[in-house]
Amino acid sequence: MTRALFPILVMIIAIVVLWFVAMLPMNAHQAVLEAERAGAIVNPDTASARTGLSGWTLLYRNFEPVTEYAWMQERPRLPGPHQVFAELWNTTVEKKVTSKRSLIYHSWITLSATLLGFALGSVFGILLAIGIVYSRVMDLSVMPWVIASQTIPILALAPMIIVVLNAVGLSGLVPKAIISMYLSFFPVVVGMVKGLRSPEIMQLDQMRTWFATGGQTFWKLRLPASIPYLFASLKVAIAASLVGAIVGELPTGAVAGLGARLLAGSYYGQTIQIWSALLMAAGLAAVMVGLIGLIQRIVLKRMGVF
Amino acid sequence: MDITTVIEAQNLSLTFQTNDGPVHALKDVSLTISKGDFVSFIGPSGCGKTTFLRVMADLEQPTSGAITVNGVSPAEARKARAYGYVFQAAGLYPWRTIGGNIRLPLEIMGYSTPEKTERVNRVLELVDLGGFEKKFPWQLSGGMQQRASIARALAFDADILLMDEPFGALDEIVRDHLNEQLLALWDRTRKTIGFVTHSIPEAVYLSTKIVVMSPRPGRITDVIESTLPRERPLDIRDTPEFLEIAHRVRDGLRTGHAYD
Repeated sequence: MTRALFPILVMIIAIVVLWFVAMLPMNAHQAVLEAERAGAIVNPDTASARTGLSGWTLLYRNFEPVTEYAWMQERPRLPGPHQVFAELWNTTVEKKVTSKRSLIYHSWITLSATLLGFALGSVFGILLAIGIVYSRVMDLSVMPWVIASQTIPILALAPMIIVVLNAVGLSGLVPKAIISMYLSFFPVVVGMVKGLRSPEIMQLDQMRTWFATGGQTFWKLRLPASIPYLFASLKVAIAASLVGAIVGELPTGAVAGLGARLLAGSYYGQTIQIWSALLMAAGLAAVMVGLIGLIQRIVLKRMGVF
Repeated sequence: MDITTVIEAQNLSLTFQTNDGPVHALKDVSLTISKGDFVSFIGPSGCGKTTFLRVMADLEQPTSGAITVNGVSPAEARKARAYGYVFQAAGLYPWRTIGGNIRLPLEIMGYSTPEKTERVNRVLELVDLGGFEKKFPWQLSGGMQQRASIARALAFDADILLMDEPFGALDEIVRDHLNEQLLALWDRTRKTIGFVTHSIPEAVYLSTKIVVMSPRPGRITDVIESTLPRERPLDIRDTPEFLEIAHRVRDGLRTGHAYD
């Protein structure tokens, strides 16, 4: 455990150091401006002369003012980890979960769409895979469409799904879940087709020698053999579900959810809000993938396979 | 000894259509196997020995000719679960214990729980794997896994045991040991066994009848009735009688090759 911890810790420290360093050139223009307003002597001394210069040049010419102001701006181009984590703390621990400004409230909105979309996508993916494995017609006709479906940019498709579903009276959670499902069923189909086909011909012949029914072959051989493939797909699918749910929140006018926070943040130049929503989404994905990994470990262990 | 016919093949032919033209896996094969026989099929790759076994098991359909298993068609025999089939690889399910693997055909055939338990214990004893019921396949050696797969084929008490090179992937020492055990098992259970092999000593040591086959087209070149006694210690392989039969098998294999 400690041996695994060390490289992870090194990576985190490296990222944080890099992050702080990157803030200097990224926020240099604004920092120099703030320093100038505070009465410091800066070079060049007019904003118009500075516009064409790169962040690195400004940092080189005004090292002290930039380092003084770049790490603590209100609306930095690149907010620092300390600012993002302060925002995260403020919007989770300090706010009531029912508040519109609580990130937990927004996360829950997105999470509920993610989970519903993930469940729908998994079930749909598994059913489609069963159809493809058992029916040659489906194998030849459906599989190309499944692949084609993923080549359409979801950003282009999402508004249309929302408009169409709105026309039939569906709004809120369901359209987002359907967009989320659209992304998540794909890895499940691909993984399950492979998994259900993983038994060897010899094992299928063996079932025939016992005069097993199709159902028995499915439940006792194909399905258990596909479980490792299923879990690998589910991990990809849950992350895709989250992306789908966030994308689904963008065209709805940014009312609530992590996607809404991202969009509102970009409308009003609230970079800290964007970054905190981003980190929250990443954290959510990590927790969900980890959870599936845990269930996978338990299930496979009970099945006797490691 | 009862001498009813268990398997009877008459002018059996099977042709596979491939992209390179038809392949005559079996051509005009006729053979009678009686109850309690231990019949080995020996020959080079492509001689149709495995195909013949698969036709008996209703895993392949003959192109022409007739075959009966227990007096009925192979399809009906399969439906009646008349035979147990042991494949080249043990093919145990990694997610089931040894006991669970043996229970599998019993579950499929709808045996009651106490009967399943009783049968699993009985066949595990039969193949000397008592106490390994709760182990998973990966915890067992290759030879033990193959024994478990034989136990699985025995569990539902079919009178016929069809074995397709069951010990092909095992080393010589393990193989000798399993051959000895198989003979003992055959003697105890009085089953009819069809056994595909590449090995001349194995065929001669085990069989009451040795069927020598040759390829292109797959056919029977010689059927040798063994004169060895039913009781066979391993050192019987050094007797002149054994060597004589082995010699005849080798001759049969050589004649089969004279064509190409």
